[in-house]
Amino acid sequence: MTHFLIRRIFWAIFLFLVATIITYLIFFVIPADPAALAAGKAPTPQDVARVRHLMHLDLPIYQQYWLFLWNLIRHGSLGHSFVNRQSVRYLVGEDAPVTASLVFGGAVFWLSLSIPVGILSALRPRSLLDRIAMLFVLVGISAHPVWIGLILSYVFGYKLGITPIAGYCNFFPGTPGAQCSGPIQWAYHLILPWITFMVLFAALYVRLIRANVMETMSEDYVRTARAKGAGERRVMVQHVLRNSMLPVVTILGMDIGLALGGAIFTETVFNLPGLGNNLVSAANADDLPLVVGIVVFATLAVIVFNFLVDVAYAFLDPRIRLS
Amino acid sequence: MALLEVKDLRTSFRTDDGVVKAVSGVDFALERGQTLGVVGESGSGKSVTFLTLMGLVDPRHAMVSGSVLFDGEEILGAKTSRLREIRGARIGMIFQDPMTSLNPVKRIGWQLEEAVLLHNDVTRSEARKRAVEILKQVEIPRADQRIDDYPHQFSGGMRQRVMIAMALINNPEILIADEPTTALDVTTQAQILRLMKRLQDEFQMAIVMITHDLGVVAELADDVLVMYGGRVVEQASVDDLFAKPEMPYTWGLLGSLPRLNLIAARLEQIPGQPPSLLHPPSGCAFHPRCEFVMDVCRQELPELRPALGDETHRFRCHLDDEARARIWDAKRAKLVTEDVAA
Repeated sequence: MTHFLIRRIFWAIFLFLVATIITYLIFFVIPADPAALAAGKAPTPQDVARVRHLMHLDLPIYQQYWLFLWNLIRHGSLGHSFVNRQSVRYLVGEDAPVTASLVFGGAVFWLSLSIPVGILSALRPRSLLDRIAMLFVLVGISAHPVWIGLILSYVFGYKLGITPIAGYCNFFPGTPGAQCSGPIQWAYHLILPWITFMVLFAALYVRLIRANVMETMSEDYVRTARAKGAGERRVMVQHVLRNSMLPVVTILGMDIGLALGGAIFTETVFNLPGLGNNLVSAANADDLPLVVGIVVFATLAVIVFNFLVDVAYAFLDPRIRLS
Repeated sequence: MALLEVKDLRTSFRTDDGVVKAVSGVDFALERGQTLGVVGESGSGKSVTFLTLMGLVDPRHAMVSGSVLFDGEEILGAKTSRLREIRGARIGMIFQDPMTSLNPVKRIGWQLEEAVLLHNDVTRSEARKRAVEILKQVEIPRADQRIDDYPHQFSGGMRQRVMIAMALINNPEILIADEPTTALDVTTQAQILRLMKRLQDEFQMAIVMITHDLGVVAELADDVLVMYGGRVVEQASVDDLFAKPEMPYTWGLLGSLPRLNLIAARLEQIPGQPPSLLHPPSGCAFHPRCEFVMDVCRQELPELRPALGDETHRFRCHLDDEARARIWDAKRAKLVTEDVAA
């Protein structure tokens, strides 16, 4: 187990370096001049040169990367926004809880729908439920999150008026300057974004879980359990479920990255002040440090989450833990 | 009264291509403490016969008929709850592939304890004690430590010992062993067979040994069923079967046995493929591969009839007594000359 953890930590560090190098190269190599952007309105060439020196943009790229990495590791700093000079770390810290609420809440929603439906579909293949689930899957796979979000917002928020149309409320009550706060308002404002995620992902997961459960049910050890005299419920709970959830856990780890991408659309539609929404505005404003900061943070989040999933997997599967 | 009496057992499966007749009328009886060898190639219906009588075929696809009396009680079509009381308690079962027959995410001990707890009103610690005890009986070294291991920490032979332990943990009256040694290497096979023989004496149980290996049958069985195309084609005591087999398929099986004293000779093989169960051949299912085929074989299924002067030795073949005796004598003479020459 210790070996496994050490190996995973080294792998995570390696992944982080690769991801940041690529991000850094892409964003600092594109043909926009960060110095000109940062120097303010109508700068003189001298101004631009001064700003360039100040931002170390006159250094070779590997030194810039090293500075970026050094600032990140030594001071935990991601630099400052070109647009409003605020610390990128502060901005990301503001946005991250919103995106986390959206993605993890969404994951809870899509799993709590797809696990029971997937299992029931596997137990009764070709039944009415299975066919309805299949239809649902097709819609979920085909539809774009923006479309799903807009339709939900229009029907439930605008026409029926039972949910907010858009907007976000802080989870912790008493946030200064906020219109609304507290867990109930928080959940009330996130319900449609969560459902958007649910429609988007539950579809795939229903099929995935259905296929895994069906495959596991035809395993030899399930026949062994029946031959021992175990009842169907016991066979499902003790022998089928844990084994069939192993691949689901892996896919879940990978899909968190995908969900962060989906958050860009969902946050835009529902006007949630999260990382995705601000990534779009930062990109539109050529606010390169903020873009890099958000990408770095998202990369880190995906790495950490994948690491957690791997650890969870090792706990679930003794073959990994003990090998 | 026999411990297990099977009459006209039939199992077919609905598939997308049509109905597959896996078992088409099997009769046999098993006495207490007896060992029955069931021989046949893949698809002969030997495994399905016993999965059916244990109620382990999927009821959504399988159609089952006939009668299975276990200790005088009809268990074919019995309630699942009744079958569950019998499975694992009075009839134990082990399977071909020990590598996949144990749950990979549960400890060995947990899986053994489960078998005890399903049928006995005991505490988990009592079940654990029983599990350690049975692991010792199947000769697992350091059983009290290894009980906390996971299946992947055991070798194939060791896993099959665990499977045997799990099947025997509740002292069953019958052990159904479905090709228990097929997936193991030869030295391990011999160990497992020796173990089963010893345990049979200790536990006083009947064994059904499903196999395609006549060597295993010769080693363990009292009586033998030879199955082909979903039917019993010959049944006899093991001595009679090896001394005087009565039908061409059995001749072929015996002829294809490898013999250690023959070095250069090629193994004889039965030409052709096992019959399709979706579109079985007309008449005798073996006729397309039989070197002595006659017109009647293509039209009529031969009855399972007793051999000359031996009511317990039964077989299916249209060849008359004289022809069969002549052919077998010639075949045996050839086998013996080869042995002598070697």
